[in-house]
Amino acid sequence: MVSGESEAGWAIYLDILRKPRYLNTLVLTVLVSLATTVAALAISTTAGMFLSRNRFKGRGILLSIMTLPLAFPGVVIGFLIILLGGRQGLVNQITPGHVVFAYSVVGLFLGYLYFSIPRVLLTVMAAAEKLDPELEEAARTLGASPYRVVVNVILPGLMPSLVAAGAIAFATAMGAFGTAFTLATNIDVIPMVIYTEFTLSANIAMAAALSIVLGIVTWALLLIARSLSGTTVAAGG
Amino acid sequence: MFKTKTKILQLTVTLTACTFLLVPMILSVMAGVTANYFQGISSGLTLKWVFRVWELYADSIFLSMWLAITCLIATLIIGLPAAYGLARHPGWLSRLLEEFISLPLAVPGLALALALLQLYGSMKGFRASWTFILVGHVLYTLPFMVRSILAVLASMDLKTLEEGAASLGASPWQRFRDIVVPNAMPGILAGALTVVTLSIGEFNLTWMLHTPYLKTLPVGLADSYASMRLEVASAYTLVFFVLIVPLLMAMQWASARAQRISQ
Amino acid sequence: MTFRLTNTAKTYPDGTRALLSTELTVNNGEIVSLLGPSGCGKTTLLRIIAGLETPDAGSDIWFDEDNVTSLPVERRKVGMVFQSYALFPNMSVRANIGYGLKMQKLPKQEIDARVTEVLEMCQLQKFSARAISALSGGQRQRVALARAIAPRPRLLLLDEPLSALDASLREVLRDELAVLLREFNITAIFVTHDQDEAMAIADRVAVMSNGRVVQSGTPEELYRNPNSAFVAGFVGNAMLLDGKNTGNVLILEGGELKLPSEGTGQNVFVRAEDVKIDDNGPLCGQVETITFLGTHYRIGIKGITPNLLTSVFAGQSAPKVGQRVKVAIGPEALMLLPEGAV
Repeated sequence: MVSGESEAGWAIYLDILRKPRYLNTLVLTVLVSLATTVAALAISTTAGMFLSRNRFKGRGILLSIMTLPLAFPGVVIGFLIILLGGRQGLVNQITPGHVVFAYSVVGLFLGYLYFSIPRVLLTVMAAAEKLDPELEEAARTLGASPYRVVVNVILPGLMPSLVAAGAIAFATAMGAFGTAFTLATNIDVIPMVIYTEFTLSANIAMAAALSIVLGIVTWALLLIARSLSGTTVAAGG
Repeated sequence: MFKTKTKILQLTVTLTACTFLLVPMILSVMAGVTANYFQGISSGLTLKWVFRVWELYADSIFLSMWLAITCLIATLIIGLPAAYGLARHPGWLSRLLEEFISLPLAVPGLALALALLQLYGSMKGFRASWTFILVGHVLYTLPFMVRSILAVLASMDLKTLEEGAASLGASPWQRFRDIVVPNAMPGILAGALTVVTLSIGEFNLTWMLHTPYLKTLPVGLADSYASMRLEVASAYTLVFFVLIVPLLMAMQWASARAQRISQ
Repeated sequence: MTFRLTNTAKTYPDGTRALLSTELTVNNGEIVSLLGPSGCGKTTLLRIIAGLETPDAGSDIWFDEDNVTSLPVERRKVGMVFQSYALFPNMSVRANIGYGLKMQKLPKQEIDARVTEVLEMCQLQKFSARAISALSGGQRQRVALARAIAPRPRLLLLDEPLSALDASLREVLRDELAVLLREFNITAIFVTHDQDEAMAIADRVAVMSNGRVVQSGTPEELYRNPNSAFVAGFVGNAMLLDGKNTGNVLILEGGELKLPSEGTGQNVFVRAEDVKIDDNGPLCGQVETITFLGTHYRIGIKGITPNLLTSVFAGQSAPKVGQRVKVAIGPEALMLLPEGAV
């Protein structure tokens, strides 16, 4: 990446931290991404353990539903959230009050979550298949309750993959443009600010500086993720 | 079957997540074939919105397919020899190169697009042609192709196989053609399906790189979401689903197969 | 503790009958081995005893006077050594051994004291702070054993505890394990497919085949008085003398043998160490193969039975391949088992 015809040089990076608009954007993006990461980890770990440990009728269908969004670009996911929580959305139609959440932080969070659940799920399931069932049995013969088995055996076994999946979810949410493009018309998150700085304000130096910060953060996170799990997951959106 | 409390809780979470993911998809499909979404399904089912999408966006759909195919060809031409070279000469330099190729994987598409615009934006002819978008897609999908092939190649004893072929009189080119490519096939197939799926669905890069005369399918989608009535936008999404879902399934099947082979 | 199991069976949902109705009693302090080829149901039986598999309805498992059939594994107070050892990679040797005690919510000092005691017993003091990944195979096996006995279980279960080791190490650790188990003075059940291992470690061996116990007894009893062709073959590799028997005489391709008793309707078996090359022997055959094994030769002789008849030959000058030899088998070495018995 080239920071272009920036005369301001390094000072532009200080601007990111000094100007409330950029700083607030940075904080909000990190918070939404963190919330997405935590929620996606909790949901996908529970569902992933369940789907990899139980064989039942309909399991294949559930698994297909949960991996389908892998191929959806962020814009499509944004649209799906609008169908759910927009002005003509399902929730607004079936609830008595006027409930429109698609264009708020909640909508953005749900969109990121929609994007992250399948990715985390696949990582968790791959790791769950590799867990040695004898370890859990050993803990149980030693008197461990199901809860202790989860805490002492399953979670430590899944930990590298959970860290990796979490890093991927976080990095993806930080850089998600498509979803933000459809939903975050009134919310400042980093990718949207980069886009508006570049196209509307023609503040190319700032757009470049923000992209570099964003690129370095996501690259570093995914480097950690890959060294822990060795998987390749798309960071699009 | 699901007796314990824990299992009931797990099942509830799984089903809730499935509902959250599935309901909007169903809404979108329904809206795309309903005569008037405001009045609901009672207004009748129709394919007119799908035809409308075809009138409006057929060019975008064809452009995306064309981009996917050319992107596949380009990633094969670059990716296969690259993966072969990396597999054949392991070491720190190869790892560094692999990391370098993989960079576009980690850096958000938006940042990548800005970099491309900064670099080549002033070359007017190139900037306005479809090949500019192609460059972006190739950059973005190449790591998937290289890694997919590399995973399969790394799992077999390539050196010994090639030495065996060489001892039987095969030239380097013959060894590549007769030994390397056939054995790498599962990885190539998985990589190819991944490249096509990703290229057809790519938005982040493409939105920044496209021109008003060159809209890909997802760019068209964004356009329809912003300016068309809900039924048309939904019908267009439906068309996208019909295109991408079989590709995704094929990709998952091929990747699982390649992974089984490389273990 | 006395362990007793009656009418215990296991049928999988797909209809596979892994274990047919089985009775088994293990007396206080006794070490019993479940011996059989893979797929015979021995591991299923062990896992039912542990509580890791649910047996079919009607099954009953007793620990002394407690019926534990429906007790979940974590409350059965069994110790188990797994085939892969299943040591927790996220805990040190000490933490692994103390885990069962921690689950009993014992005070910390008591846990420490008891872990130290077990570490000493198993000669693992040096390794107590090590990570599991820094242990050799033999050390892992001992940690697994120490972890299983530390909570003082009512019953110790071992699933092929030596199969993950190299052949050379296996024999040493086999004898070591036999000594340790007796030191613990614990009731133990031990699954293996290796007859040498079963005989070296167990007080009593239960031979299993096709989902049931076919014979149970001391190693000597099984070796000398097998009740079926299967046991005779599996314990000590007995060979079938395939011929025609009329009354007290067995007619083979290579001659006639006197039987110890009426042989009509019976199959006759013999072990290689009882097949003697003897110039005055009644049977006549030709040497086909010779294998030198250091302490003795194994000689394959053709022309006496449809298959090669193997003889263990301990002398200095073995016969040559192709040489014709006379063979004697004492009537007391012949085992008569009813035809068709499995």
